[in-house]
Amino acid sequence: MTTGIITPVGRETGTGTGTERALRAYRYWTLRYRRTWRGTVVISVANPLLFLIAMGLGLGRLISPDSAVLGGVDYLAFFAPGMLAAASMQNGIIEAAFPVSWSRRPGGAYPVAAGTPLEPEDILHGHLLFMTVRVALSAAAFLLVMVAFGAARSPLVWLTLLAATLTGMAFALPAAAWAVTLTDVGPVTGIFKWVVMPLYLFSGTFFAVEQLPDALRPVVYVTPLWHGVDLCRTLSLGTATWPTSLAHVAYLSALVTAGYLLARRNYRRNLYA
Amino acid sequence: MSSAHLIVLRHLWVLRHGRPWNLVVNGIFEPFLYLLSVGIGIGQLVDGGATGGDASRYAAFVAPALLATSAMNSAVNETTSNVWWRVRFDKLYDAIVTTPMRTGDIAVGEIAASVLRSTLSATCFLLVITALGMVHSWWAVLAVPAAVLIAFAFSAAGLAAATYIDEPHHHQYLQLCMLPMFLFATTFYPLSVYPTAVQALVAALPLYQSIELLRGLTTGQLGVGMLGAVAYLVAMGVGGTWLAVRRLSGMLLT
Repeated sequence: MTTGIITPVGRETGTGTGTERALRAYRYWTLRYRRTWRGTVVISVANPLLFLIAMGLGLGRLISPDSAVLGGVDYLAFFAPGMLAAASMQNGIIEAAFPVSWSRRPGGAYPVAAGTPLEPEDILHGHLLFMTVRVALSAAAFLLVMVAFGAARSPLVWLTLLAATLTGMAFALPAAAWAVTLTDVGPVTGIFKWVVMPLYLFSGTFFAVEQLPDALRPVVYVTPLWHGVDLCRTLSLGTATWPTSLAHVAYLSALVTAGYLLARRNYRRNLYA
Repeated sequence: MSSAHLIVLRHLWVLRHGRPWNLVVNGIFEPFLYLLSVGIGIGQLVDGGATGGDASRYAAFVAPALLATSAMNSAVNETTSNVWWRVRFDKLYDAIVTTPMRTGDIAVGEIAASVLRSTLSATCFLLVITALGMVHSWWAVLAVPAAVLIAFAFSAAGLAAATYIDEPHHHQYLQLCMLPMFLFATTFYPLSVYPTAVQALVAALPLYQSIELLRGLTTGQLGVGMLGAVAYLVAMGVGGTWLAVRRLSGMLLT
């Protein structure tokens, strides 16, 4: 059908399906990543591995190997899966918060992409795919080292790759939904201090939640990181049960879904503003 | 007549528009969280051996190390990230070198401003750990001048390092030095945990020397090694300042 010289761009015309458009946004991020991956390896892989060695092996020597409060395993086996979940949280937020708030500024990657046939949803989907790949790759690197150190107790440990990626995305999606509304990257550094650090230190990563005072425990059980930590830990130790694992997955998936819906709304509002 | 103090005044002037209490909160929040996590959690897990056993003894062991780490972090961050920003984006020094100020004044002024900031947060953190009962000796009053010395050594080294940073991702490599130091320089467990060969390597780290100094002062277990630590930190500060002045002079074309 001929409609004149100016054809409306968008879904109806020959710019591909939504998947194709999202993959174009994804390709942008992978092309960029070819130039910047060295710095990210330091923060997303070396950083948690150093913690694993320093705390798991070093501090572990001061902790009796069959401590009942740690579930009767040595400290390395207790700590490593918790660290995996905590590192995934950090990677999820790093991949979402800074790049999203940086991209949405005038002249950034988002407004430029929004000027092409890409819809805000396509931009979101492409970037989300990239974030997922990044979080999963970092988790895979950590997981391999963790298994090599003999920190795993069960073949179910391989499922922690999925669990850790889910944990990371449960933080990445709400972070992206929030970051796209910012006009300045300033507040982003705040969430590392006020959200990431406290969760890192008190969500059962370094010690069992049972050691905390009674009043604090319910607070920890509400935090998403604890669900990720417990899911990864029970899988790695082979003590996972269907009801608790499904509850953890449901909690984290609910965060992913809520974050996604909010992000979709915020992307459309802020990229068409 | 040196005019290095003008840099300090300039930073204070800029800060006036911000919120100074932010500095204190930012300086002590992270070590305080570590302290709680270690005090409540890890301290309960550590069973006797080198540190004596119960959680409070262990927290008192870790607290001076966190104090040293916070002094290091705030010193290095101030002279690397913040100075780098001023050199590369604000072009602050390009304007300053057209005045009678020399690059030596800029370097000394930056280091002094960083020491001031770092000492402020270290002193606040020292008050916190004293209030929590993790300081066991009157020698701890010397921990403030010790923190000044530590801040000086790391500020100077940080400023020298900042002159080598060409691209933003180089800051990551700096973290790659500081994080292992934080984790391995006997912050969480004594030197005796390491094999003999590694012990010498760890003892050569500047953060280890800083921790030794502060740990001796807050626990009251003084030793000759602490004089060695002082000499080490003085040498590091003087050497760092010398290198920073040299490099800055080259960069600012004076």
